[in-house]
Amino acid sequence: MTLHIDIPEETFSGILAKAFRNSAFVAGFVVTLLILAMAIASYAWTPYDVTRLVISDKTQAPSLAHWFGTDHFGRDILSMVMVGARNSIAVALVAVGIGMGVGVPLGAFAAARGGLVDEALMRLNDLVFAFPALLSAIMITAIFGPGAVNAIIAIGIFNIPVFARVARAGALAIWPREFILAARAAGKSSTQITVEHVLPNIATLLLVQGTIQFALGILAEAGLSYLGLGAQPPMPSWGRMLFDAQTRMVVAPWMAIFPGMAIVVTVLGLNLLGDGIADILDPKSRRQR
Amino acid sequence: MTAYLLKRLAIAIATLVLASMVVFAVLEVLPGDPARLMLGLNASADQVELLRNQMGLNAPLGLRYLRWAGGLLSLDFGRSYTYSVPVIDLVRERLAVSLPLALIALALSTIIAIPVGLFSASRRGRAGDTVAMGAAQLGVAVPNFWFALMLIYVFAVWLRLVPAGGFPGWGAGVWPALKSLLLPAVALALPQAAILARVTRSALIEVLNEDYIRTARAKGLPYRAVLWRHALRNAMIPVLTILGLQFAFLLAGTIIIENVFYLPGLGRLVFQAITQRDLIVVESVVMLLVAAVIAVNLVVDLSYAVVDPRLRSRQ
Repeated sequence: MTLHIDIPEETFSGILAKAFRNSAFVAGFVVTLLILAMAIASYAWTPYDVTRLVISDKTQAPSLAHWFGTDHFGRDILSMVMVGARNSIAVALVAVGIGMGVGVPLGAFAAARGGLVDEALMRLNDLVFAFPALLSAIMITAIFGPGAVNAIIAIGIFNIPVFARVARAGALAIWPREFILAARAAGKSSTQITVEHVLPNIATLLLVQGTIQFALGILAEAGLSYLGLGAQPPMPSWGRMLFDAQTRMVVAPWMAIFPGMAIVVTVLGLNLLGDGIADILDPKSRRQR
Repeated sequence: MTAYLLKRLAIAIATLVLASMVVFAVLEVLPGDPARLMLGLNASADQVELLRNQMGLNAPLGLRYLRWAGGLLSLDFGRSYTYSVPVIDLVRERLAVSLPLALIALALSTIIAIPVGLFSASRRGRAGDTVAMGAAQLGVAVPNFWFALMLIYVFAVWLRLVPAGGFPGWGAGVWPALKSLLLPAVALALPQAAILARVTRSALIEVLNEDYIRTARAKGLPYRAVLWRHALRNAMIPVLTILGLQFAFLLAGTIIIENVFYLPGLGRLVFQAITQRDLIVVESVVMLLVAAVIAVNLVVDLSYAVVDPRLRSRQ
């Protein structure tokens, strides 16, 4: 029997005030917002047209005209990094959506039912975890062909057991609480209880895991497109840009430096954001830090 | 203890069998006829049919699965369609590159991460901790293949200390071979070390808040002794779990890293086999990797019992 100490309900403005005192959250929030803004801005404007090849401008070092330099076709790297952000964000975000959409109901269901259903689901989780994620993603894209959509499916499938596991663990901790007992006594079904009481209480947990999987999705997408299995040219993607850069490292190192930095900054921002949210909303994690 | 061992073992075997069915089923639906692939486009339908019969491709599905699974158990993986050599020979040759690579990376990651985690946890909130965890935060965000490119640029192109890629083979001597595995191992290890350092730190901090740590301090044990003997040992369970998971990451990571460095390893073999539709190689290597992951996780499960005596006595 564990002892639960009731923490007074926090007001929204209280949480907000706490958020702006949390440096990890602020840094992560600002960086993530900037990357999002960059991706959205690229629909309306980029310094140069990413589909136009200007061979006379090829592999130019960073300058005032081309802040990040140009690639082997004379395309502006800054413009390509901006457009590439769209692809990375879209793939990772939809993959998180797939993982949450399927994984959370599965995990919550397993926790509500327990017994054989729970055991079967956990063994299925073991099965998926036995396959190194990247290897399976490569196999999936090899079966269905390379492309952004198949990259989403491949990454999304591996988010499912992650969210199922988090949702189950979170729900299992909520089920023995008194207010669940009260809801049961009031005659609510286990589905009702799950939707009305369990899910709202594990939302923070899921949000934090969501930012982590978002960040991992960005890395996975970069890996897949580096291997030529993600978004196809002429659509610029950060991973593909790094592949093109590899054989030209000696003449044009900036071709490798800037797309890589874009990945690092995006992933860093998301991880900081996740850490910040966990810090602000979970008193237990604050004690540990 | 025995019950715990038997249960983990049974789960591992069941997972392995299920995984083999999944791999077999997935490759069944992959487009491409191996017999057609081997004979080329000019072969007649009769010739293809004859070869399909010889290769046993026309047997019922269940029988083909049993033959394949039985072959795996006796280490007879079949012959590669593209290389025309037994798959086991290919695997053995490639494993001599990938296994040392993964092990060096795992060792590097552990050697870096555990001391950093200890350092950070014992100086929680101070400048050293902030710097170390800032570096770890950055390390987690770096894609290993980009890190690899940067390492190549600095150490191979600029300083010319190590080769930029390729593998001379163990026949060329241990040092030249190790030298060409050094950068790939570092590229694989550092992002993993960052994760492991963070886990070690937070596990240690949790343990350091426990009452028995205060008791140990109160009875006069020096801080260092408490940290190493009591805290680290109790923090090992999450650390071991992550180490087990990281082995799977490292194996998969070799696919990309071996491509960056042009290393003739297992990862590069499976990647090329997928693009060349050499299904029998894909099946074998994937099963080998999956078996390795399951085996490592089993070892991790068993090591819990060694680290945590409570698990030993529990039924």
